[in-house]
Order: sequence, then structure tokens, then C-alpha cells
Amino acid sequence: MPPASTHRKNRMIVYILKRLAIAIPTLLLLIVFSFLLMHAAPGGPFTQERELPAQVLANLNAKYGLDQPLWKQIWNYIWGIVAHFDFGPSFVYKDRTVNEIIAQGFPVTLTYGGVSFVVAVLAGVTLGAVAAVKHNTIIDYFAVGISIGAQVLPNFVMAPILVIVFTLFLGWLPGGGWRFTDPSYWIMPVIALSTSYMASIARIMRSSMLEVLNSNHIRTARAKGLPGHRVIWRHALKPALLPVISYLGPAFVAMITGSVIVDIYFSTGGIGKAFVDSALNRDYAVMMGVTILVGALTILFNLLVDIIYGWIDPKIRY
Amino acid sequence: MVIDSEKMKSLAEATSREDVVGRSLWADARRRFFRNKAAIFGLVLLVFVSLFAIFGNFVAQWSNEEIDFSVMGMVAEQGGPSLANGHYFGTDDLGRDLFARTVQGTQISLAVGIIGSAIAVVVGTIYGATAGYFGGRIDNIMMRTVDILLAIPYMFVLILLLVMYGRSITMLFVGVGLISWLEMSRIVRGQTLTLKGREYIEAARAIGVPAPVIIRRHILPNLIGVVTVFATLLVPNMILTESFISFLGLGVQEPMTSLGALISEGSGTISYGTLWQLAFPLLFFVLTLFGFFFVGDGLRDALDPKDR
Repeated sequence: MPPASTHRKNRMIVYILKRLAIAIPTLLLLIVFSFLLMHAAPGGPFTQERELPAQVLANLNAKYGLDQPLWKQIWNYIWGIVAHFDFGPSFVYKDRTVNEIIAQGFPVTLTYGGVSFVVAVLAGVTLGAVAAVKHNTIIDYFAVGISIGAQVLPNFVMAPILVIVFTLFLGWLPGGGWRFTDPSYWIMPVIALSTSYMASIARIMRSSMLEVLNSNHIRTARAKGLPGHRVIWRHALKPALLPVISYLGPAFVAMITGSVIVDIYFSTGGIGKAFVDSALNRDYAVMMGVTILVGALTILFNLLVDIIYGWIDPKIRY
Repeated sequence: MVIDSEKMKSLAEATSREDVVGRSLWADARRRFFRNKAAIFGLVLLVFVSLFAIFGNFVAQWSNEEIDFSVMGMVAEQGGPSLANGHYFGTDDLGRDLFARTVQGTQISLAVGIIGSAIAVVVGTIYGATAGYFGGRIDNIMMRTVDILLAIPYMFVLILLLVMYGRSITMLFVGVGLISWLEMSRIVRGQTLTLKGREYIEAARAIGVPAPVIIRRHILPNLIGVVTVFATLLVPNMILTESFISFLGLGVQEPMTSLGALISEGSGTISYGTLWQLAFPLLFFVLTLFGFFFVGDGLRDALDPKDR
């Protein structure tokens, strides 16, 4: 019989493979789904007010491969993405590919998105944990007040408020734009994006921490005379974090979605801007590219969260 | 003798006292709910917002489409909130009455929230209860499907849908309804799984009650608590989703409006000094969300008094 640790490791690998087995079809389904959606949309990409001559239209369709049967178009599209990471040409900007358009905005989104995510998790967990430890004190009420208030301030509400306060009245921060080298451009996007998720994380953390602090193993730890801070750091924090970890997946999706608002409001030029511009231009190729990329990121992130969860929680069945 | 007669009287009273009225689960929950100050506060907010949405138009001096030409072009100077010209909340950028528009925005936002939540209740409950009750492979397939659908960045797909198939309020309802039931079905399934193991379900099955009847008569009534709480908390999320889309200009189209669209308009014009165009829609938006969150939390505490 193999030792328990290898046994556990093997089961962990099976678990990861199982999650992968779900992740890959999900992604393919997303690609096929968005392709069919685009295909079924009324009006082709070259529909204009002035009708194009038939020959021109035929040539255009041939150039973009739209004259081929549907299954072949889908296959070419998937193959392009999988084999060459190529999302094809833009339908509106004749000289640009979807890859170029995405590559331009992606680093920006990743930067402020990543910072926002870290801020939301750190601030939320701290706020929630402190509130639970100081349950029913003024600190607790203060933390709960903040998290309730922040919950009704989604990014599209925070953004104008921040601009009014910090740009129009105080004049401390630039009202928009983006520079990688100047963090003063980062502050408002990050606050706008992270506030409401920080609040949700704090609420989840507080209630799970309260539950853990009332559980038997904490009572035992206290009874054997461990100092309070050690009880919290060594015994309470880890189990209390589990519900927070399972919230990270949805929070990540919501933040990526929120980047659309941030890009519009602060003109940060991220991937959300590419998405909205393409939506307004009916540049389906770019819209699909962004949707698929975001979907892939989401799936990857959920996979990561599942693995972390399985690693932390000894009770989980693989 | 005096003492005796008093004794007799109290004895008579005691024997004639009616049976103690038992408190049902729901009466208990109601009592807990009404003791919760935050929940009452939320309820008051919701009543206020609903009254505003229903009767606001009777108070408004202007319709939401009329343009007040006396302030048009000078909105920043003369379009502010005033009782004198009947624009209680001021006017919007075009000179339309913001009070009437806020009333309409609140109506639309509430409708989207409630209808989206209602779709989630119907579809999510049936789906989740079916998957949970039958279990095994059916459950596996049904829930994997939900997993897959949840992994799709729905906001992007929704925007894709709205752009490709035209921006209409029906499309918005369809889109919001399509996604809202997923989480609900997960929660209902989990609850059904625990209910399924109870003795009375086993008994029903033993005497040959068919599965649909067991689900309808024995499972669904026991799900009401969970579903109510989650549906209440879903309403503000639906409102947030709708506002997000309307903020992008892809949701409700002119001349109709929603709170998200009004916030978008208001935040676009703040640099002209017309703060009220943001403040009033934002106020009602925040009040509505607060109301639903507080009532939802209160309901949860009332129906699930586990660790309080």
C-alpha cells in the first residue's frame, strides 16, 4: 500500500485532470457559441448603406473566408486560435488584426485589474477578519458599516464620484488616461474597480470567521492556553478563508467585466475599450476575440481556484 | 371568604383560558424579521421607493418627454432643482424634467430586477429541484451544464447579444433572465439533496408517490425559505446588471430610461456643474439597493436562525 501522501497526491492529479476535462470543452463551446451567434446576426460585416457591387462583396467574402461552408469556417477559426493564437483580421480596420488590437489593451487591463484584485482581497480579508475578532465592538460596527456602504457603490457609481472628488474638487489626481510609469493614473481605476468586491469579500470573511471562531477546535486551542493571536493566525484564518477562495472566481469575472466601465470612464485604453469600440462599430471579430480571451482567462482562473481550494481544504472529495 | 372567592375567580379564569396558540415556523420567522432594525429600515426604504415609482407621476409637473424650452440651453444656470418651475429634481441636459425621468427610471429598474429575479425563481427552482431529486447521472449532466454556463463571461455575451440583435428592453429581459437562474439552481439543488434524505420523503416514495408529485408536494414547499432569501438578494444584482448595461448605452433606449442610464447621463455632464443630474438618480439607485440588501439579509436571519 502506498503511503498516504502519495495516495493523496495521486488523487489530487486525478482531480486536476477532471477539472481540465471540463475546462477544455467549456472553452470550445464558448468559441462555437460565439461564432454561431455572430454568424446568425442580421446583416453581414460588409453591410453598408450603399450596397456593394456583387463582385466586390464576393471578393471580400473570399478574402475573409466567409464563402466557405459554416463548419469549415468554425474549424478554421478554432484551429487559428489553438494552433497559432490567431483571432483573425478585424472586420472594420482593414490593416489591423484582432491580435494587435487585443495586445494593445491587454497589458493595461492586466495591470490595473491585477492591482485591484490584490487590493480587494487583502483589504476585504483584513476588514472581515478584524471585524470578526472584535465582534460586537465599535470596530466591528465600523467595518460592517464600510462594507454595507461599499456594496451599493459598483464601479460605474464609484467612477463619477471619484472624479468629482479627486479631480474636480481637490484636483489631486488626473481625471483619466493611463501611464505605466505614473501610479497616480492607477489610483482611481483601482479604487473604482475594487470597492464593491472588497465589501463582498469582507462580508464573507466576517461571517465565516465568526463561525470558525465559535467552533470546537478553536475552543480547544484556547483551552490549552495558546495566546489569542496564535489561535487566530494558526488555527482560525485558514478554514475561514475557504468561502472567500470560492468567491474569488466570480469576483475575478466581475472585475474583468468592470474593466469595461473603467476603460470608458477613465480612458485607460484597456481591453474593455477595444470591446466597446468594436461593439459600436459592429466589429464582430474583435468582440468575439475579446469574449473568448476573457472566457479563457475565467476558465483558467476558476481552475486555479479549484486547485487551491482542493489543496487547502482537507475535507474536499476529489 | 374574600380570599376564597378570589381564588375561585382565578381558578375559573385558568380553566376557561383558551388553548395556547402554537407559533408556526413562519410566525416565528416573521417575529424575528420585525425585530431586526436593519430589515425594517430596508423595508421602509423599499416602500418609499415603490411609492415613488408608482405615484411619482401624479406629483410630477412635467412629463418625462417634454422639453422645457425656458431652461433649454441654460441648464447649468436655470435647470437646477426648484419648486418654482415644477422641476423638483431639476432638468436633464436637454431640459427634460428629471423628476419624471427618475420616476420612470426607478420603474424600469425595479421591473427589470423583479422580473429577472422571478425568471430565476421559476427556472432555477425547477431545474435545481429536478437535478437534486433524481441525482446520479442526470444530476451530473445538469450541474456540469450549469458549471459550463457559469464559466462564460456572461456580461460580454449579453453585450454581444444586444449589439447583434438590436437593443430592446425585451432583449434585455431575455438576457438577464438567461443568466440569473444559474446560481439559483445550484442553491436549490444543494437544499434538495439534503431534503431528499429525510424520512418523510422516503415514506412518500415507499407508498408509491410518483416523483413529480413528491417534488411538488414535499420538496418545493420546503425550498420556499431558501428561494425567498436568494430571490430577494438577486433583485439588486439584476438591477446592477441592468444599470451596468444601460450605463454603457446598450440597455434601455430613449425616450425610456433606467436608473443606470440616468446615472450615465448625469456622470457625463458633471464637469458642467450640473451635479443634481447625477445626485438624484444615484440617490434612488442607492436607496433601492440598500432596501433589497437589508430586507434580504433580514429574511435570511429570520428564516435561518442557526448561529445567531
